[in-house]
Formats: sequence, structure tokens, C-alpha cells
Amino acid sequence: MIIKTHKSIPSSEITDPAVFKQRRQLIKAMLALGITGSGIYSGFADATVVNWQNVPKGYQPKAPLTATSADIAKNHTNYYEFSFNKTDSTTLAQVLPIDPWSVEIAGEVEQPGVYHLEDLLSQQTLQEYIYRFRCVEAWSMVVPWIGFPLASLLKKVKPLSGAQFVQFTTLFDPKSMPNQADNRMLEWPYVEGLRMDEAMHPLTILATGMYGDALPKQNGAPLRLVVPWKYGFKSIKAIVKIELLKRAPLSTWSKSAPNDYGFYANVNPDVPHPRWSQSSERVLGAGFFTPRRKTELFNGYGDEVAGLYSNMDLRHFF
Amino acid sequence: MLLRFLKLYPLYFSLCLLPLVGIVIDMIFDNLGADPVQALHIRLGDWSLRLLWLTLFITPLQKITQWRGMAQYRKLLGLYTFFYASLHVIVYLWLDQGLAWAAITTDIIESSYIWFGVTAYLIILALAVTTPKAMVKLLGKNWKKLHRYIYIASGAVIIHYYWQLKGNMAEPLFYLIILSLLLLFRLAVWFKNRQFTKMMIPTTRKIRVVKADAVRVDQTLAGRSKGIVIEEIDSDIET
Ligand code: HEM
Repeated sequence: MIIKTHKSIPSSEITDPAVFKQRRQLIKAMLALGITGSGIYSGFADATVVNWQNVPKGYQPKAPLTATSADIAKNHTNYYEFSFNKTDSTTLAQVLPIDPWSVEIAGEVEQPGVYHLEDLLSQQTLQEYIYRFRCVEAWSMVVPWIGFPLASLLKKVKPLSGAQFVQFTTLFDPKSMPNQADNRMLEWPYVEGLRMDEAMHPLTILATGMYGDALPKQNGAPLRLVVPWKYGFKSIKAIVKIELLKRAPLSTWSKSAPNDYGFYANVNPDVPHPRWSQSSERVLGAGFFTPRRKTELFNGYGDEVAGLYSNMDLRHFF
Repeated sequence: MLLRFLKLYPLYFSLCLLPLVGIVIDMIFDNLGADPVQALHIRLGDWSLRLLWLTLFITPLQKITQWRGMAQYRKLLGLYTFFYASLHVIVYLWLDQGLAWAAITTDIIESSYIWFGVTAYLIILALAVTTPKAMVKLLGKNWKKLHRYIYIASGAVIIHYYWQLKGNMAEPLFYLIILSLLLLFRLAVWFKNRQFTKMMIPTTRKIRVVKADAVRVDQTLAGRSKGIVIEEIDSDIET
């Protein structure tokens, strides 16, 4: 897969052949050990244009946060299609075929269709967005994502005036996703949704990378949503379909447990989950003697997004 | 049998410390993953639960095998349950919450699954406090009644476990099934004893028995049967 960070790549940014060779050797070694499928790394074979480092900074409303160690972010994922265990998904997800990848854009748009991911990405400028990521399970970390505003993709396909909501769907691939094959726990494929104004907000991004590299499979490669003021489960992984709708979609968790998980799922310390408090969170990587951190309304992005909900009772629309 | 178990007591005593050793080693070598405080907390909670279940196994095992001298193992496991549960609670209050009492109060009030943990812990605490021989004597017949609350504590622990999950219930279900089997066994024994007792009491007398007589029935049987049967007679007659 060829992913361009800019329309034209200055030669200085093209991967140094020595580094490139090193990478190939590393990949070969990993393949020999059976650590990885060819998927994500095959990109390097021809994609000398990829330059995940030196990505320019995107919209950053807050004072820059310090990123959690990449090792933690890569091994602490809720990817229920693979496993209910946060570490196991790391290995299990490596079988996921992500190249080639296409995304269907449907519904209330002028230009519906099935797009190759490269084609979608070639129209975008990748930037780095350092966001706090707050899980509904009351833990958080800070991830330097690489991606682009969802708004900028939606504008390209031209939403019709009737478009009020956006629905996202994860890949359905029971062959590589064991919990889809066994029909375990949730109704698959996973579906999430946003209101149109939420989707168009500059903080809402589609990510294809993190920590100066391509997105690891367990973190939702090749394309995932990141909505930093909402609980992590809104930030759907491995997106294959984006559909613009007139009516609110029913997200997977709301369907499975409507009293526990609402459509909005905005981070809010004053609205507890029916069975646990959301008033504080454990900060991953903070170490043994750092107690919990107080959770902030809208995960600290209130200045930017509170206006979207100004007339709403957040207890009712949780 | 008795002798063999007595000799093995130090072995069982040390075995119960192994989980803690494992946890401490993982702490030292930073093997607790992305969220070490939670991992520590969860592992201590898991071991409290496992030890509680093992404690519950002893009485049925004794009934089935007729082995004697098992009470000391029930006591050992029960006190270790208390030990691990206390560490679990200390990690929560101290490492997780940093002893910030206002935050702890909010957290507990808003987290219904913790109410059940607290319930279970208070019961286990009461049982641990009443473990010494002096307390057994002091409480007399009530001691046994009090210690049956272990089943309520176990039920509370299951809810405590299940309600913090997002719906994956395989593990809590596993423990629930075992608990149900243990409870069923206790009920079967109780039922059997009850039938047995009925046969022991002449029907004609049973009809005429008033509360004052109950004491007499009690006394006549006391020589021949053990505490639990007598209690059953009490309730039988009074109802
Ligand atoms: C004051 C009493 C208690 C408090 C405040 C408490 C608190 C907690 C909390 C906050 C968790 C969630 C950990 C997490 O996922 O972040 C937890 C989990 C757990 N607790 Fe407790 N607890 C208490 C008593 C007990 C008792 C008495 C037992 C068992 C005998 C127990 C067994 C467990 C188990 C098995 C888990 C789940 C571990 C897992 O996810 O595998 N807890 N407890």
C-alpha cells in the first residue's frame, strides 16, 4: 500500500536505502520466527514514499500531552473481535489481512462508492494528533495518532443536505476474527455512529498511524476513528464502511446494553456507568505509587466541544 | 489419616503463600503489564476468591470422605481468604485511590459492584474475627449460624466479579457453577438429616410437643447426635 503524507515527497524524506534494507531484514527475521503476517510490513516493500516520522502537527487545542509509552499502547487494546484479553489481541490480530483495503462510502452523499484506501489517503495530508484516550473501563493513556480530519474526507465525497449522522462499520472477517466466527458477546460486525456535527468537528480524526509509524493491526489498522472526547469504544477500528444517514444509527454497545452505553458516550465524570464510577481513571504507565487521576468532562476537550451539547441534558443523553 | 494431614499442615500453610510470592516477584521484575496497580489488585482479588471457594470445599470433602481433623484446613484456608482479601482492599484504598477518602467515597457510592465487595469483605472480616477458640466458645450455637454467612459472602463476591465486566461472564460463571454445586450438596445433606430426624421423633409426640418440651427432646438426643441435627429438630418442632 502506498500512503502519501504529501502530494510530492521531497527526496530528503524518502527512506534511506540502508534503513530500508534493514527493515526488510528485520521483517524477514520476524517472518522466519512466525511473528508477523506479511500484511502491514509489505507496505515497505514498495512504499518508499512512506514517511511516518516528521509528520507535521495537527490541530492541538491543549498544551501538548506526554505520550504513553508505545509498548503500552500497542499491548493494551480492547479488540473484542479477537479476544476479550487486552494483551492477547496483539498476537491474534496479526493474521488480519489489511492490504489491499477498501472503504465503502454510502448513503446520503453525492459520491458514494467503494474506494481503495490508497486513493482516499492520497487526497489527505497526514498529521500528528496527540490525544488523551479514555476508556469506559476507567483507564486512560495519551496516544500520538497519525491521521487526518474525518471532515476532510467527508467534504471530498460531498454529504447531501439530508445527512444527519454517520455510521461506521468494522470489517466482518470471521476467518481471522475468532469472536466473530463464534458469534461471541456482541452482534458483529461492530457498528458505531456520530452526529454530523461531531463527525465534522476538527478534533475527530481517522487514524492510519501512531507513534511515528503505521497503525499496528491490534490498534485498528489500517483505518480507525478517533474521537478524543468520547469513551474509547466510539473510536471504531478497521473501518470498511462509512455511511451517511438521515437517522441516528444504533451502535453495537447501545444495542447490546442500552442502559449501560448510550449513543453519545461523552466522557463525563458526573454520569456514572450503572455499575461503576467514571469520576476517576487509572493512567496507564503512571507507575505504582501514582493514584488515579480525576476524569475531566469531555476528557478535557470541553472548550472545543461543549458547544455541541449546550442544550442537552447529559445525564439523559449519556 | 489424621496423622498424615497433621504432618502436611506446614506444607499447606506455605502453599497458600505461593500466590503472594508470585505476585511480589512480578512486581519486582515489572511483569504486571500496562496497569500494574490494577493487575496487582485483580490478582489479589482472584486469589481471595479461589481461597474462599477452597474453604467451602472442606466441609463437603469431610462429609464424603469421613476424614477427621479437616477443620484446621478450613480454618487455614478461611484465614488466608481473609488475608488476601485484606491485601486486595488495602491495594484499592492505598495504591489505587491514594487514600483520598472523598474520591473513595464517590467511587464506592457510584460503583454498585463495589458494594458487593464491601459486603463480602465485612462478612469475611466478621468470620475471621470470630475464628479464635475463645470466640467460638463465646458465641456457642450462634457461631455456626454466623459462619454460614460465608455463602452470602460468596454470592456477593460473584456479583462483585460479574458486575465489573462488560458482559464476558465465562469466569464468574465458572465460579457460580461450583458455588451452586457446593450449596446443593449442603442442601442435600441438610435434607437427608431432616428426613432422618423425622424418623427419630415419634409422630405422636411430635404433635403434642410445645416449646418447653423442645428442650427435652434436645437433651435426649444430644448424647447421640451432633449439633447440626439438634438445630434441625428445634426448627422442626417450633414450626
Ligand atoms: C471492601 C471490599 C472490596 C473492595 C473495595 C473491592 C474492590 C474491587 C475493585 C475496585 C475491583 C475492580 C478491579 C478492576 O478491574 O480494576 C475488584 C475486583 C475483584 N475483587 Fe474486589 N473488592 C472488595 C472485596 C473483595 C472480596 C472480599 C473479594 C473476594 C473474596 C474480592 C474479589 C474480587 C475479584 C475476584 C475481582 C475481579 C478480578 C478479576 O477481574 O479477575 N473483592 N475489587
